[in-house]
Amino acid sequence: MGLESYLLVGAVLFVSGVVCMATKRNGIGLLMGVELVLNGANVNFVAFSRFTTLGLDGQIVSLFVIVLAAAEAAVALSIALNFYNNHLTIDVDRGDELKG
Amino acid sequence: MTYEKILFFIFAMSACGGALGVVLAQRVARMAFWLIISLGSVAGLYFMLHADFVAATQIIIYVGGTLVLLIFGIMLTATGPHVKIQTSPGELVMGAAVGLTLLFLIQGTVRSVDWNKAAMVTSGGEFQPGEGKGYNPTGQGNTIRPLGMALLGLRPDKDLGAPEEAGLSSGYLFPFEIVSIHLLVVLVGASYLARAKQRTRPTV
Repeated sequence: MGLESYLLVGAVLFVSGVVCMATKRNGIGLLMGVELVLNGANVNFVAFSRFTTLGLDGQIVSLFVIVLAAAEAAVALSIALNFYNNHLTIDVDRGDELKG
Repeated sequence: MTYEKILFFIFAMSACGGALGVVLAQRVARMAFWLIISLGSVAGLYFMLHADFVAATQIIIYVGGTLVLLIFGIMLTATGPHVKIQTSPGELVMGAAVGLTLLFLIQGTVRSVDWNKAAMVTSGGEFQPGEGKGYNPTGQGNTIRPLGMALLGLRPDKDLGAPEEAGLSSGYLFPFEIVSIHLLVVLVGASYLARAKQRTRPTV
């Protein structure tokens, strides 16, 4: 299988993540959308590392992305817990005190 | 149909199907289940791309770490046995329209680019189209040692056999150190943010 089929899989993952982030009202659901977007980007990195002269660099960047996604999930989860403690719900549409 | 194609179709279908399941599921626990399916099959795709260490990391950190964290989050923020926060139908239609447009745009872009020519241009003409291009170790399943040495700042996969005057390739020691400090700071900050606070009761 060539490069294009992997890029298409990455595109489907990315778009699903974007739609998930745009439509879900559950804070944890938003986090899952972010994970999907990062995975779509990672598929592209590893596919380019296999099929072009990018070589091992693509795999290293994808490793960094995986580690940073884990860190992001930890921070975002603690923010979600704080949100739940203050609002007694995880619905992000209820967090509208900061109206500009 | 070779075995590679059949395996690719299985993994690609379950990765895309899992992603669609995350979008379409209404209950957040089921979204977590579909996300496990999707991320696991992405790990399978990494194995098919000869990236064995990245695939193992994907399974260990994503499926074993991040998703367990998300499931704990679901448990700690649940108000009932099945949390169900509905999205309004108008928003769903809008999201589907935007998503389909974006997908159409991206796949059009992917199909319209000649990737072999692009790789030849960006590599300065050293790229030769054909099988066995890119990082393709002769003993497959062999990326752990080059990856570890690259994280220590050495690039034997690029420098061995290269002409002398080309100099040494850049490694990733400094980003590695930055990421390690970043992880430490993030863990301290997350546990500070999520700690149980003493509620100060207002005096009546």
